Amino acid sequence: MAVLRKPSPLRVAGKYGALAFYVAFALFPLYWLLKIALTPDQLIYSEGTKLWPGAATLENFRIVLFQSDFLAYFRNSVFVSLTTAAATTLIAAGAGYAFSRFHFRGKRALVAVMLVTQMFPLLMIIAPIYKIVAAIGLLNSLTSLIIVYTAFNIPFATFLMQSFFDGIPKDLEEAAMMDGCTRFQALRKVIVPLTLPGLGATLGFVFTAAWSELLFALMLINSNDTMTFPVGLLTFVSKFSVDWGQMMAAGVLALVPSCLFFVFIQRYLVQGLTSGAVKG
Amino acid sequence: MTLRAQHAPLPGKKGRAEGTFYWRYVMEPWLYLSPAIILIGLVMLVPLAIGISYSFQSIELLRPMNTGWVGFENYGDLVEDRKFWKSLRNTLWWTFGSVGFQFALGLGLALLLNTQFYGKRLIQPLVFLPWAVPTFLSALTWAWLFNPVIGPLPHWLAALGVLSEPYNILGDPDLAMWGPIAANVWYGVPFFAITLLAALQSIPGELYEAAEIDGATGWQCFTKITLPFLAPMIAITVMLRTIWIANFADLIFVMTGGGPANSTQILSSYIFTTAFRKLDFGYASTIAVALLFFLLIFAAILLAIRRKLVRI
Repeated sequence: MAVLRKPSPLRVAGKYGALAFYVAFALFPLYWLLKIALTPDQLIYSEGTKLWPGAATLENFRIVLFQSDFLAYFRNSVFVSLTTAAATTLIAAGAGYAFSRFHFRGKRALVAVMLVTQMFPLLMIIAPIYKIVAAIGLLNSLTSLIIVYTAFNIPFATFLMQSFFDGIPKDLEEAAMMDGCTRFQALRKVIVPLTLPGLGATLGFVFTAAWSELLFALMLINSNDTMTFPVGLLTFVSKFSVDWGQMMAAGVLALVPSCLFFVFIQRYLVQGLTSGAVKG
Repeated sequence: MTLRAQHAPLPGKKGRAEGTFYWRYVMEPWLYLSPAIILIGLVMLVPLAIGISYSFQSIELLRPMNTGWVGFENYGDLVEDRKFWKSLRNTLWWTFGSVGFQFALGLGLALLLNTQFYGKRLIQPLVFLPWAVPTFLSALTWAWLFNPVIGPLPHWLAALGVLSEPYNILGDPDLAMWGPIAANVWYGVPFFAITLLAALQSIPGELYEAAEIDGATGWQCFTKITLPFLAPMIAITVMLRTIWIANFADLIFVMTGGGPANSTQILSSYIFTTAFRKLDFGYASTIAVALLFFLLIFAAILLAIRRKLVRI
């Protein structure tokens, strides 16, 4: 590799220049979001496009947190995302375990169906889902969102969990079973402790996916009490389209949980993105 | 060896042993899979079948009297719908424009991250961060960046001479599509970089050392070792990503809503606006079936190409 050859200073400069470009490209939009959120209202029009704000204020955050419904939307979204993540991880752990440890008739077909569910246009089922949810009286309820999101994320989470189970040698549980454990005991005492990081990563991936889902939430929720954060923010944007500072402060809030989970699942990104292979 | 012999089922011993054998190897996996199968079946597969049946019905929530089976009427409307054909063209532009830039920039980033440099542990998470930003927020942020009142991009583009004056390109039918594409590229580069980086790291280092000894240049190493090794991963990632992006309506819906004058309407956003704004479920399902049909053709072509390449 290039390590063996002595690189010319020009190439080194080019490399760091390219890296700087990527970092700037990745961070600039987020910087801008934060900058406008911190700019006082009266300065936005006079220096809206300056790179550095002349003054900073937390006023926008105060209004968003205490004088709007965003805190309620935030709570709704946290509830939906956490419940979805927990349910999906539990169900996907079972399915991933079956895929990893058993050979059975119909396995290939099942894997194929799960892969296909990741590729057909999900919007195709938005109308039927709306009708079904309306028929069972669950419109405007967070329960319907949780059920729908859980189902959407199961295939991807199953493949991810399977990859984690595949990484644990089969011998371990066989040894435990030979020592007199039932399979379930072996699972609980040997496999689960070893899979904890995998369970955590799956939880994180599903949480971020559920946190950012917009279109089904728009369709199924229109009462202010049960709006999730994306729906609430979009409604706010269409109603108060010039309260730039407050919109962006709310945007920064939406970013917080995603960033927290990102720090947490960062180590597993490669596994997560390649095992599902199709997950955005 | 002795352990394995003990573990194998003994021949000739029937009854209870066979019952547990049956239980363990035939029924047990289905027990673990059943919640997943039930949920996917009820929430995805059954609605999928219902959705296809909707495309042969008239279901408009705003005109409840006008409900019933209509045969291929929706498909007839679809063929004559100029908005549909325009959305199809836009879908191609949106998908291949986004995938092209995402792939080029993602490959560049993956190659950079595969080398040693100062501060790598900090830089790597930073450049991957856009992946974690919720899509609706990416869309809003980029819409704001393109707004001349609070965003710098129109002013920069005008200063570079790309725009005659700083105006919002999201309102210009000729340029509007570049807005969502820019947001999509920003959001999607980390995905390509991460998957390609994983593939790069699986290339054996000895190959490069051997090439080095034989006097290969850096460019030769790239075209003769790196690219051939990456090719399968590139092929599968690009194909899956293309399908995913063709289905991806969030960015366009939030940034432009398909406008101005349908210049950014793609098939998936057209499905959503028809279902969500017009509440015309029959026609929305018809567009969805058409999109599914085009995706199947795309997948079939790719599989055929792959078979041909593998044979050679």
